[in-house]
Amino acid sequence: MAGPYDLIVIGTGPGGYVCAIRAAQLGLKVAVVEKRATHGGTCLNVGCIPSKALLHASELYEEAGHGFAAMGINVKPTLDLARMLAFKDEGVKGNVDGVAFLLKKNKIDHVHGTGRILGPGKVGVTFINGEKSELEAPAIVIATGSDVAKLPGIDIDEKEIVSSTGALSLPKVPERLLVVGAGVIGLELGSVWRRLGSKVTVVEFLDRILPGMDSEVARSLERILIKQGMTFRLGSKVASVEKAGGALKVSVEPAKGGTADIIETDVVLVAIGRVPFTDGLGLAEAGIALDARKRIIVNGRFETNVSGVYAIGDVIVGPMLAHKAEDEGMAVAEILAGQAGQVNHDVIPNVIYTFPEVASVGKSEEELKAAGIAFNVGKFPFTANGRAKVNRTTDGFVKILADAEADRILGVHIVGAVASEIIAEAAVIMEFGGSAEDLARTCHAHPTLTEAVKEAALAVAKRAIHM
Amino acid sequence: MATEIRVPTLGESVTEATVGKWLKKAGDTVKADEPLVELETDKVTVEVPAPAAGQLAEIKVAEGTTVAIGALLGAINESAAGVVASVGAQKEAPARPAPAAQPEPPPRAAPVSNVIAAVMPASPAARKQMAEAGLQPGDVTGSGRRGQVLKGDVAAAVKLEPQAQPARQPRQEEEPASPPATRGPMPVPARDLRIPATLSEDSREERVKMTRLRQTIALRLKEAQNNAAMLTTFNDADMTAVMAMRTQYKELFERRHGVKLGFMGFFVKACIQALREIPAVNAEIDGDEIIYKNYYHIGVAVGTDRGLVVPILREADRMSIAEIEGAISDFGKRAREGKLSITDMQGGTFTISNGGVYGSMLSTPILNAPQSGILGMHRIEERPVVRNGQIVARPMMYLALSYDHRIVDGKEAVTFLARVKECLEDPQRFILEI
Repeated sequence: MAGPYDLIVIGTGPGGYVCAIRAAQLGLKVAVVEKRATHGGTCLNVGCIPSKALLHASELYEEAGHGFAAMGINVKPTLDLARMLAFKDEGVKGNVDGVAFLLKKNKIDHVHGTGRILGPGKVGVTFINGEKSELEAPAIVIATGSDVAKLPGIDIDEKEIVSSTGALSLPKVPERLLVVGAGVIGLELGSVWRRLGSKVTVVEFLDRILPGMDSEVARSLERILIKQGMTFRLGSKVASVEKAGGALKVSVEPAKGGTADIIETDVVLVAIGRVPFTDGLGLAEAGIALDARKRIIVNGRFETNVSGVYAIGDVIVGPMLAHKAEDEGMAVAEILAGQAGQVNHDVIPNVIYTFPEVASVGKSEEELKAAGIAFNVGKFPFTANGRAKVNRTTDGFVKILADAEADRILGVHIVGAVASEIIAEAAVIMEFGGSAEDLARTCHAHPTLTEAVKEAALAVAKRAIHM
Repeated sequence: MATEIRVPTLGESVTEATVGKWLKKAGDTVKADEPLVELETDKVTVEVPAPAAGQLAEIKVAEGTTVAIGALLGAINESAAGVVASVGAQKEAPARPAPAAQPEPPPRAAPVSNVIAAVMPASPAARKQMAEAGLQPGDVTGSGRRGQVLKGDVAAAVKLEPQAQPARQPRQEEEPASPPATRGPMPVPARDLRIPATLSEDSREERVKMTRLRQTIALRLKEAQNNAAMLTTFNDADMTAVMAMRTQYKELFERRHGVKLGFMGFFVKACIQALREIPAVNAEIDGDEIIYKNYYHIGVAVGTDRGLVVPILREADRMSIAEIEGAISDFGKRAREGKLSITDMQGGTFTISNGGVYGSMLSTPILNAPQSGILGMHRIEERPVVRNGQIVARPMMYLALSYDHRIVDGKEAVTFLARVKECLEDPQRFILEI
């Protein structure tokens, strides 16, 4: 290992590796410490990327089985799950190898081991073989991400009771799958296995799905998912899971209390969220302050209370999203190089890759109402969009929330096919502080699903053309 | 009803101003035409009067902010009872209800426009660059839709105002993706840059925003140094004759003209005499052409507590010494009061700078671009000189002429200064214009 370093990044997830590359671009000598055999963190190895591979494959499987005939394509698809999982793994490999290549290209040293903060400027590394070493650099960035949140009393064995990690590699399609938590992970992986043949029940503590999302969007998706065959038990909690002769008996009771009933299932997916990964990093010993939710407290420059130690991504406040971590990684690298790196946390898109997809950026209607901001709503359904009609992807809508006076776009919420891609233009215009009229006056190609965005922008001023 | 307070037109070539002191607080009751806020421009400080009587409902821009001509400064609430919340950037007390008796009827119908309150934010890249250059929203004029500040605008503003950035913040507009090339001391080792001044140093430092005037001075001086082939030639003048004349006619002059007889009148006259003979010193370069000016607008540098300003004696060749002295005295008074107008300071063809009043023995003045010459005056001091083979004490002054060698030849510069010396040593030449 060639020191001395200007920067040590602990963790090579989307936040860490982007931070390392950006810092290297700016002339800093960087080392990364990663305990996993491959780079990319949760996102690339057991999160965003593999789940998207399965979502894509399972969507096509379902489409082939149920949608092709209407288009005059007669096929009878059969599932080779082992191959599908291999397809997923190939996708993951392509991505993690890509990160390794990028790190190498940027002359970033890779230290394969578990990092631990020994003090300002000092990182201890325990290698896989147990040997120890120390690295020094004036700046340390903690980018250790997050871990699966566990339900008390329910042990995840990754076979019958699984987290998202296990749910990405079930060796056979479970007949019944019970998902605990109607958040993004639960709905995405629930969708995968439902498409592949499982009977999926989602148990959610709150009386709505997708907490935090615009509630109209959540209600709309809930209806669509029910139509697809998913079952919801909202306002309910899982009290216990018992293994009983090959099946699992899940005790589900009303969140407010009341009598429990037993749901039998083959696999339970615990998807109640994620918690910051801060254990074993030596934070307490180094005196690095955490908040009540065990997130590392940082200032506007992403610096912790210990000078020279920074933190980004899932271990700090904010949505646990790869792209949020990436932007923070970029910003902190720029700050370290003396620039004014910054992240606009008000414009961070959020996507759920169900079918249809859900994507949103900015404020929800509830947030605007709570803040007392007067706004106009422009909404346009995909049923009135030409491209969606011929594609038969008419589920969903685009909703634009704009300041009542200035017309500035404050939030955009989309339920629809490829909403994940469409949301980008909303983020761009919001980053530039654009108005609904600006968006409406921007030419959109025809026929595309993005025309629904333009129409929703027109609808803010009550002048949608195709409604 | 609210009347907007906007930045007035401040003269040609003035496109922006810095908000100085707010003389009224949000919530104050103001009379029409009462001064509300000071604006500093490149050259002068002006007061913006209240466009209407009423209550200063809100202050939109904080002190120290740079504003464009026509920008909204605040609003006056003309109606009696209306309580308007202060939403400006000002940390002023929130508006309170106007005292019941105060409001007068609006003196004139104020156009109430439906101006959208929200300001376009700078683009993402521009935001970062502005932070790095230490620029505030409002410092940069936006060229985007509805005045949005775009990346190019910041780059242009930074170029124009190199002084605007804090010294300690290194700026990199656009770093190369690959190992950095020529610009600056890159790569930047993190350890050097991250270390701020130690706490004990920090507390003993004071950061003061450069005034508009100071920024302009800095910019102009540096520009002159960068552009002109500037050098200085020296001479000295025996002030005996001028001083004798002053002593002899001081009282009579003051009685007759109502102004003291100083030295500047003589120097202006002497310079004009010399400029007539050496037109290159009264010229400027415009592209590949030289503009010889057959008129003599002489700038006279006047020190104020805000910095140096240079009001112009227009058509100075047609002025008598008394008129020159009168005009200079008036400039000095107005400069100290900050009441010089923009037009007072535009269009000079040659400048005289008098460091002598501060005791300077010798200096090399910097050109007032695009002019090609500047005369430096210095202190008068009895020095031993040789006259008719005898060492005698004479009141002597060193003279310095800085000139743009691109268009003024050495011979011309030396001749110019010799002519100035001759005129001063023998004021009878003024009468004969030789």
